[in-house]
Amino acid sequence: MQIRPILAALRRHRLATMLVALEIALACAVLCNACFLIANRVALLHVVSGVDETALATVQLTGYEDSHAVDLNARVLAGLRSIPGMQSVSVLNSIPFGARRGTAGITLDMAGQHFGGVVEFYVGGPGSMQALGLHVTSGRAPQVDDFRTFEGLMPTDASVQITRSLAEHLWPGTDPLGKDFWLDKWHYRVVGVIDHLVRPDPSNWQGDSKDWSIFVPALPGKYLAGSYLLRADPKDISRVLRDARTTIAKIAPDAVFDEEGSKTLSDLRTDSFRQDRAMVGMLVGVIIALLLVTALGIVGLVSFWVAQRRKQIGIRRAIGATRADILNYFQTENFLIVTFGIVLGMLLAFALNLLLMKHYELPRLPLYYLPIGALILWGLGQLAVLGPALRAAAVPPVVATRSV
Amino acid sequence: MFGYYLDLALRSLTRSKVLTALMVLAIGLGIGASMTMITVLHVMSGDPLPGRSNQLYYPQLDPLPLKYQQSAYGPDPRLNFTWPDAMALLAAHRAERQAAMAGGALLVRPAQTGLRPFYVDGRYATTDFFAMFGVTFLRGQGWSGADDDGRARVVVLSEKLSRKLFGTNDSVGRTVRFGDADLRVIGVSADWQPQPMFYADASAKVFDDADQFFLPLSTALDLKFDTNSNQSSWSSFEGDMKSPVLTWLQVWVQLKDAGQVAAYRQFLIDYSAQQKALGRFERPPTQARLYGLMSWLDRQNLVPADVRLQLWLALGFLLVCMINIVALLLAKFLRRSGEVSVRRALGARRRDIFLQFGIESAVIGLAGGVLGLVIAQLGLWSVRHRPDDYAHLAQMDVSMLIGTFVLAVLASVLAGLLPAWRACRVAPALQLKTL
Repeated sequence: MQIRPILAALRRHRLATMLVALEIALACAVLCNACFLIANRVALLHVVSGVDETALATVQLTGYEDSHAVDLNARVLAGLRSIPGMQSVSVLNSIPFGARRGTAGITLDMAGQHFGGVVEFYVGGPGSMQALGLHVTSGRAPQVDDFRTFEGLMPTDASVQITRSLAEHLWPGTDPLGKDFWLDKWHYRVVGVIDHLVRPDPSNWQGDSKDWSIFVPALPGKYLAGSYLLRADPKDISRVLRDARTTIAKIAPDAVFDEEGSKTLSDLRTDSFRQDRAMVGMLVGVIIALLLVTALGIVGLVSFWVAQRRKQIGIRRAIGATRADILNYFQTENFLIVTFGIVLGMLLAFALNLLLMKHYELPRLPLYYLPIGALILWGLGQLAVLGPALRAAAVPPVVATRSV
Repeated sequence: MFGYYLDLALRSLTRSKVLTALMVLAIGLGIGASMTMITVLHVMSGDPLPGRSNQLYYPQLDPLPLKYQQSAYGPDPRLNFTWPDAMALLAAHRAERQAAMAGGALLVRPAQTGLRPFYVDGRYATTDFFAMFGVTFLRGQGWSGADDDGRARVVVLSEKLSRKLFGTNDSVGRTVRFGDADLRVIGVSADWQPQPMFYADASAKVFDDADQFFLPLSTALDLKFDTNSNQSSWSSFEGDMKSPVLTWLQVWVQLKDAGQVAAYRQFLIDYSAQQKALGRFERPPTQARLYGLMSWLDRQNLVPADVRLQLWLALGFLLVCMINIVALLLAKFLRRSGEVSVRRALGARRRDIFLQFGIESAVIGLAGGVLGLVIAQLGLWSVRHRPDDYAHLAQMDVSMLIGTFVLAVLASVLAGLLPAWRACRVAPALQLKTL
C-alpha cells in the first residue's frame, strides 16, 4: 500500500489531522472507561444473592406496641401459614435487597484491637435459613438448640454461619470453622460456611464485601418480630403476598402494613438497582452520542478533503489509478489517523481511569478493554469514511483535463 | 459592519447546509448534555434559605477521645452534638437565636375512620427553631421556652399534614395521636421545604419530602420517640440519649455580623477549653469550628458521586464536540481561502477577516444553543423520571436558560478561534494567483 504519499499529504493538513486524531483519542478514552463503568454496573445488577429470590417475599409490619410483639408473631405466623400455597413463613430481621437491620463492625479479638470489617447480621428464626435456600458448603446448618431467645439487637453469644467471601476476608487461606469473632463484647463462633448471602444494600459496597453476611439463629420474640419471610412456589408468590396483605388486615389490625417494604424479593431487587440501571442507560446514551459526533466529524472533514482534491483525484485516475485505488487511499488515510488517535487515546484512557480510581473507587481498567475500544473506533472510522471515499472514487478522470 | 458580516455568515452557512447542520447538531448535543447536568448540580447546590442563610451558622465541637479512630464506613461523630453540649450551647445564649434539633419518623394514628395509621417525618426542636429559620404560621404559633422546659405535649403541624388529618388548615386545639402519645396542636405552619433540607443530618434524604410536624425536643425525649439521625457513640451509653458520649443532635445558631461570629467562635473555643479542664474533652480546644450555612453544605457534600461523574462525562462530551467543530470550521474557512484573499486584496484587514469568521462561529453557537436548550429540556425531563430524591428539582430557571446560550456561543466562538486565526493568516498573493 502506498503509505508514503498519504503521509506526505497528511503533513500538508497537519492541524486538521491532529484535530481528528485528538477527537478519536478523547473518544477512545471516554469509550473505554464508559464501557468499563457499564460493565461494573451490569455486574452489580447480576450480583449473586445466594437466595431463592423468585420463591420469596417479605411482609414488614410496624406500629405495634413492643409488649404485643410475641403475641403478634404468633398470630401472624399462624395466620400466614394458613394461606393456600404458602410453603413456609419465618421471622428474619434483615431481608436481602430489603430492610437492613443488622449492619455492624466486628473485631477478631475480644479486646477490640483487630478490626474485621463491617458486616450484615441476618438474625433469623427457625426455618428462615431453609426458606432462603442457603447452601452450607462446609460445617453445619443451625440445629434446634442453636435457636435461642435474646434481648436487644441480637443474641449476645451464638454459633453462626458466615459467607465464604467473609471467611476468606477474615481468615485468608485457613479453615474458618471454630473461629471466634466479637461485636463489642458479644461473642460469636463460626460453625458453618454458606456459599453466598448478599447484603440488603449491595449497591453501597465494593467487590466481595457485597457478600459479607452472617446468619445468626435466634428465636422470635419481643426483639425479633414484624419482619417475615414468605416462601411459596414462584408461580404463586405474587398471589400469596396479596393474600398475606388481606390476612394481616384481619389478624393484626393493630399493626401497620409497610407497603414499601412488603414485596416479593424479585421486586425488591429491581427497586434496589433502579439507580444503577438509570446510570447504565445514561452511559449508553453518552457512548452512542459520542460515536455519532465523532463519525459525523470524520464525514464532514473527509467530504471537504475530497472536494478539495477533486483535481488531484482526476489526475490520478487519468494516469491509471483505478476506483479501488482511490477508495483505498482514503480508507488507508483514515486508518492511519485513527491509529494515531488510538495510540494517544490508550494513554488518555489510562489517565482517566487513574482519575476515576482516585475519586470513584473504581477498579483498574482491564487491558482487554483497549483492543476492543480500538476495534470499535477503527470500524467507526472506516464506516464514516466510506461515503466520502466512494464519492471520491466516482470522480471521473476527465476532471484532470478541465482547467479551473 | 456587524450586519454585513451577519449577512455573510448566514449566506455562507446556507451554502453548505449539511456541514452547517452537522456543526449545529454537534454543539447542540454537547450543550444539551452539559446543561442538563449543570442544571442538576445547580439546583442541588442552591441556597436553601435565600436572604437568611448568611446569618445561620453550624457550630462543631470535638468531644472525641484522643485515641478515637474514624472508621472509613461510618459518619464522623463530630458532625452532631451530644445532649450535654447542645444544652450548654443553648443555655449560654451567646447567639441571637439558637436551636437544637433531631429528625424523627413517627406513626400517626388518625382519629377518623377510613385513614390507616401512617408514618410521617418531622423534627424535634427547641423554641427558637421557627423564628431562626423563618417558618411562617398560618394558624397559632410555635411553643415557648417554658414549653421546652415543661416537656409540653404540643405539636406544630404542616399545612399538608393538617389537611390530611383534619381536612382543614385550622386544627389548632385538636389532638393528634403520635405513637402512643396524644399531642395538642398549637400551630399550623405554611408548607416549608428548604432545598436541600440543610438542617437535617447527612443521613436524611435531604432533597425529599419536607418535615410534616415539629414538637419540642424535651417532649420527644420524654416520650422516648426514636430519632432517625445518625447516632454515634465512642463508649457504652446504655441507651441513654442524654449520655455525654453519644452524638445525635444538630445545633444551629443565628449571628448578625462578623463581630458576633468572631465572638461566638471564641465562645466555642472557651467552652471546649473549660470542658477540657473538667476532663471531659481530650482534644485541643482549637478543634472547635463554626461554619456558615453554605460552607457547611459544601462540607456535607450532598451531590452524589454519580451526579458528579455524569457532569464530568457531559463536559467531556462537550469537549469532543468542540474539537469536532474546530476541525469542521477549519475545513470550512480554509476552503474559502480564495474569497478571503479577494477581500484582503481589496483592503480588508486581518482583524476584519477574523471578526467575520468569529461572527459566523457565533451564529452556529446560537443555533446550537437553541437545539441544546431543547435537548437539555429532554434531558431534564428524563432526570425527573429518575428514582432519586433530587429528581423532582431538575427544572431550568432563568439563569440556567441564559447560561445555555452563553455556554453555546462561548463554546462555538472558542472553537472558531483557531480556524479564524488560520484563515486570516492566509497569504493573499499565493491564493489569488491560483484563482
